Amino acid sequence: MDMTPQEYEQLVEKHCKASPLGKDMLWAFVIGGAICTLGQGILDFWKAAGLDEKDAATATSITLIGLSALLTGLHLYEKLAKHAGAGTLVPITGFSNSVASPALEFKSEGFVLGTGAKMFTIAGPVIVYGISASIIYGVILVIFGAV
Amino acid sequence: MQYIYAFITGGIICALSQILIDKTQLTPARILTAYVVLGVVLTAVGIYKPLVDWAGAGATVPLLGFGYTLAEGVKTAVADSGLLGALTGGAKAAAGGISAAVFFGLLTALLFKPADKS
Repeated sequence: MDMTPQEYEQLVEKHCKASPLGKDMLWAFVIGGAICTLGQGILDFWKAAGLDEKDAATATSITLIGLSALLTGLHLYEKLAKHAGAGTLVPITGFSNSVASPALEFKSEGFVLGTGAKMFTIAGPVIVYGISASIIYGVILVIFGAV
Repeated sequence: MQYIYAFITGGIICALSQILIDKTQLTPARILTAYVVLGVVLTAVGIYKPLVDWAGAGATVPLLGFGYTLAEGVKTAVADSGLLGALTGGAKAAAGGISAAVFFGLLTALLFKPADKS
């Protein structure tokens, strides 16, 4: 095949898609940041409603989890996730989505082995290793009497 | 100001996670699991609490914050009841979030229709 170096360069450029990493990161930053800002608003709301620091934090998680489950049911969360990537995965709304989405999609396999079992596909390991890590930390605190 | 800190911190955590997704073969399950454990570790060594104090929801809403909740819960429970607290503290502190995720997940399955597969 005969071609000038310029033509070759153009051909290479055409076949090497520009890495979308920058664009993906921007989306993740904006949507992830927005979800956290929403969380801050909800946190302030619960504090204003009279909850103490700890209860307000728990109520905020529950509110975000409920909102995310609702958006998952309406199939809106997955639309947002298509662009936002980590921006919708990493916040606690992503955890809720990871429970609600298989719970809904595997309904056809029954409410016990479908919904009941499949909702823990991602949440299961998160809980197993999260709780275990916290227990190890607790045992270390007991041993070293650091509290 | 708190809202700007929350936006920037939450945004940076998510943007860094996007690098993990794009550049490694890590599945969402592995990333979320790693984040919760990392949250426990960062809280244990004393790094995460200052971030929470500064960024508020920007640090507590990402799943690292779930690890923070677990670790703080264990710390309080150990102070109250020793070794027993090591076993109860984490789950107790995370109970609200886990119960909500499970119950709202079930409600979602009951109330909505699965996506059209066609």
